[in-house]
Amino acid sequence: MNDFNFHKPQDVAAAVATLKKHADGKYLGGGQSLLPVMKLGLAAPSDLVSVGGLGALKGIRVEGKALVIGAATTHAEVAASAEVKKAIPGLAELAAHIGDPQVRNRGTLGGSLAHDDPSADYPAAVLALQATIQTDRRAIGADDFFKGMYTTALQPDELITAVRFPIPEKAAYAKFPHPASRFALVGVMVAKGAGGVRVAVTGAGPGVYRVPELEKALGAKFHADALAAAKVPATGLNADGFASAEYRAHLVAVMARRAVAACG
Amino acid sequence: MNPGGIGAAIKRKEDPRLLKGQGRYTDDIVKPGQAWCQVIRSPHAAARITAIRAEAARKAPGVVAVYTGADLAADKIGNIPTGWLIHNKDGTPMVEPPHPALCHDRVRHVGDQVAIVVAETRDQAREAAALVEVDYQPLPAVASVRQAIAPGAPLVWDQAKGNTCFDWHLGDKAATDAAFQKAHKVVKLDTGNNRLVPNAMEPRSAIGEFDPATGDTTLTTTSQNPHLTRLLLGAFSYGIPEHKLRVVAPDVGGGFGSKIFHYAEEFLVVWAARKLGRPVKWTATRSEAFMSDAHGRDHQSHAELALAKDGTFLGLRVSTVANLGAYLSTFAPAVPTYLYATLLAGCYRTPAIYAEVRSVFTNTVPVDAYRGAGRPEAAFLIERIVDVAARELGMDRVEIRRKNFIGKDQFPYQTPVALQYDSGDYHSTLEQGLKASGWAGFEQRRAEAKGRGKLRGIGISTYVEACGIAPSAVVGALGARAGLYESANVRVHPTGGVTIFTGTHSHGQGHETTFAQLAAEYLGIPVEQVEISHGDTDKIPFGMGTYGSRSLAVGGSAIVQALEKVVAKGKKIAAHLLEASEADVEFKDGKYTVAGTDRAKTFGEVALTAYVPHKYPAGLEPGLEESAFYDPKNFTYPAGCHVCEVEIDPETGATEVVSFTAVDDVGRVINPMIVEGQVHGGLAQGIGQALLEGAVYDDQGQLISGSFLGYTMPRAGDLPSFQVGTHATLCTHNPLGSKGVGEVGAIGSPPAVINAVVDALAHMGVRHLEMPASPERVWRAIHDGKKA
Repeated sequence: MNDFNFHKPQDVAAAVATLKKHADGKYLGGGQSLLPVMKLGLAAPSDLVSVGGLGALKGIRVEGKALVIGAATTHAEVAASAEVKKAIPGLAELAAHIGDPQVRNRGTLGGSLAHDDPSADYPAAVLALQATIQTDRRAIGADDFFKGMYTTALQPDELITAVRFPIPEKAAYAKFPHPASRFALVGVMVAKGAGGVRVAVTGAGPGVYRVPELEKALGAKFHADALAAAKVPATGLNADGFASAEYRAHLVAVMARRAVAACG
Repeated sequence: MNPGGIGAAIKRKEDPRLLKGQGRYTDDIVKPGQAWCQVIRSPHAAARITAIRAEAARKAPGVVAVYTGADLAADKIGNIPTGWLIHNKDGTPMVEPPHPALCHDRVRHVGDQVAIVVAETRDQAREAAALVEVDYQPLPAVASVRQAIAPGAPLVWDQAKGNTCFDWHLGDKAATDAAFQKAHKVVKLDTGNNRLVPNAMEPRSAIGEFDPATGDTTLTTTSQNPHLTRLLLGAFSYGIPEHKLRVVAPDVGGGFGSKIFHYAEEFLVVWAARKLGRPVKWTATRSEAFMSDAHGRDHQSHAELALAKDGTFLGLRVSTVANLGAYLSTFAPAVPTYLYATLLAGCYRTPAIYAEVRSVFTNTVPVDAYRGAGRPEAAFLIERIVDVAARELGMDRVEIRRKNFIGKDQFPYQTPVALQYDSGDYHSTLEQGLKASGWAGFEQRRAEAKGRGKLRGIGISTYVEACGIAPSAVVGALGARAGLYESANVRVHPTGGVTIFTGTHSHGQGHETTFAQLAAEYLGIPVEQVEISHGDTDKIPFGMGTYGSRSLAVGGSAIVQALEKVVAKGKKIAAHLLEASEADVEFKDGKYTVAGTDRAKTFGEVALTAYVPHKYPAGLEPGLEESAFYDPKNFTYPAGCHVCEVEIDPETGATEVVSFTAVDDVGRVINPMIVEGQVHGGLAQGIGQALLEGAVYDDQGQLISGSFLGYTMPRAGDLPSFQVGTHATLCTHNPLGSKGVGEVGAIGSPPAVINAVVDALAHMGVRHLEMPASPERVWRAIHDGKKA
């Protein structure tokens, strides 16, 4: 890992002001995505602006028909939260299976979304639940936020402060983890809400994406049986030494059925 | 009975230190004035080095020196030797290419050493290394057996035609051909044995030191066998007289074979330290470990088993191509030959066996011994083809094994592939395994799993292996360039405490406890009074280290011989003190007594007398310290029965090991808790090989699975709670009767797992699955089976 300057600002405004001054800097949340990348020499930010401890980014609350989670909330806090379990149990379940206990106790919601690993779990939830990403300067809809592998709509110095999840009628996540990394080889979040049925897939492709074929079938009948014969195209999906695109496509359909079944 | 003696399940003496972070590993050691070495490694599998520009690096902050292959070539040293010479079928020697510690003109695998940067700190060395510019002219590469043997394949070494290192055979070809002529049925199997990355918890590390005042050189290193490293470094790669070279292997955090070998980095830190006159240290990152630690296994085999109508084995033919990587590592030529083909009889009376092994060079990291070393490859092949044979003959899998087992009254048993098994009771081990695993009630569990949508299968393997390596004369005849005995020195202190110096090396095996139990048993003293010392060539007698499950069977036997000498000398002293005839003195429970009287002297009193010899036998030397060297008469032959049950999710192909039973015959058990722990670890690695692990190179020789993100190490959650038992028949030729336990778990388990997976899928037409049986492989087998 290369040398860097470490900053620990006291509030959001100071954090943003600090990063504005350092074009090659990065925000640091729990460090569970950025630090491994730095250790491998794949990123070498000149400055790290630590935001994981900012009080304004913490907390979980229900506001009207939405669940609002502060960006610096850890995965373990989301997994254990009574509010989350009550409002969107599938989201608590998702958080409970991210990485390992060390990752869950350090990693944050905002950090995961800003990093946008194509195999991360949270992007599937944000996209399927049609969440809104609140930043220091604006609100970004889920459909506009993810721009493909490790790429988002965020400006270089823009800081995620919270994520607003509309509370769905039903939602659940099913994941087939890569046995080595425990990232999603394929993860599927299915949600039935005010905007209809949305199915979001992580792990299988170069970025999180929705599957219109499955959404249409579930829109007609929200039941796992509706997907019994579902086939998902393998075109454009990831292929590596562990799993082919064809197998990933197959798993998308299987995990979608399991997520629907888990919706109850 | 001594509460710490043989058979006592006492807790490991070394654990409080190791578990509390108080161990002292090579990387923990900081020498005064120590500089850091960073190794610059090839990113190409095969390339010509056309230029190296190091001026910028030499000027970087903290840099002490940059050395390249040209510097090494100028010094005319640094060739890493191999320890075994194998001969071809026609009697000519194998191709033995040079193995320079730094490449000069060509690189031959990703991770090959090109240059080193030595700097004041580790970060400075790393940052300066990034400034060294190496120009490569990439060359075509071969990464797999398939590529290496293809007609017209690029050559890793010009002198190795067809990339062949050796083309070797064992067994009677004519007799085997004749057996096949008589066969009722011939069963065939083509299978690989997957390539594995050992991944010891502690990465390799080495510190070189040179004292110009005395001319002494010291290497502190993560080694399983410091004396062998001293021999190879001193006599071969460097040329330092052994009395001026000290090798220290302090606490070592796992090896599994990968730390047996003499590595280039050990040479490089010593070389740099002697050039610079200050200590030089190197520690591998995990990424470096993946591309520079010797890998394990990597075979492609074709096997044919000839059977009579009743299922009797008549003959076995095996043709194997083994991938040795780009260079010959220390033990590499021995692994696919004498540690593999000699085990192809398994537990069976197969009368005729013929094995051919061609080994090839590829543009990959050298392949060498990894937990089991040759025997897992043999066990997998045999135990798979026996299962295939049972299915194709419509016979019960257990019955075909029973029918062909070597009976317990047939030992010693000479196999057709050179070995003579001394003892075993395969029928009893099998019955114990069947009972403990609930084999008879399996179909009910299969039906219950089906109700839950799962495919359940059960698999068995009944393996034998050879360890306790081995008689020096035999291994010498087979091509070993070293002897393979073991040494011990028992030093009794004046107040009765004992230090045992052993030539073996503990890096997780628990020798500090097991060997102390031997002393407790033989001397009748508490284990707390015994200290085990290993790992420093300045302290211990010349020994061969720890690998091949040899430490107790060979090293323990040497300790026992030395202990018996101590007891015998003590008897002379006691007889004098007790004014009795030596013949009348008995030694039991730590006391010398005169038979039929209550006159006695404790071991401690005798020890004190040996060092304060005021009243002492005339002509007897003072002191109580004895040494022994033990050269075994034969290998030892652990065997066992492993039973695995799996459940497969047919939609995803994910396989879960739901139960695993291992009944192993490891001979006499000294500490049952340590034995159980060794079996647990071996099973984890065996199940890992069967289902999870696999080093993957692409066709250009890039290592795809170069980190824990892509290489699946088994974790606790991947494993069931093991059911482990032992059934001991004693080794007949060593004083303890112990056979060895370090590798049995990794040898017996892979075929049991794959046999279980195939059993779960057999009704869909699945006949065989390659390791690792990953979810996609299993899913495809189901998918293809359904189509068929």
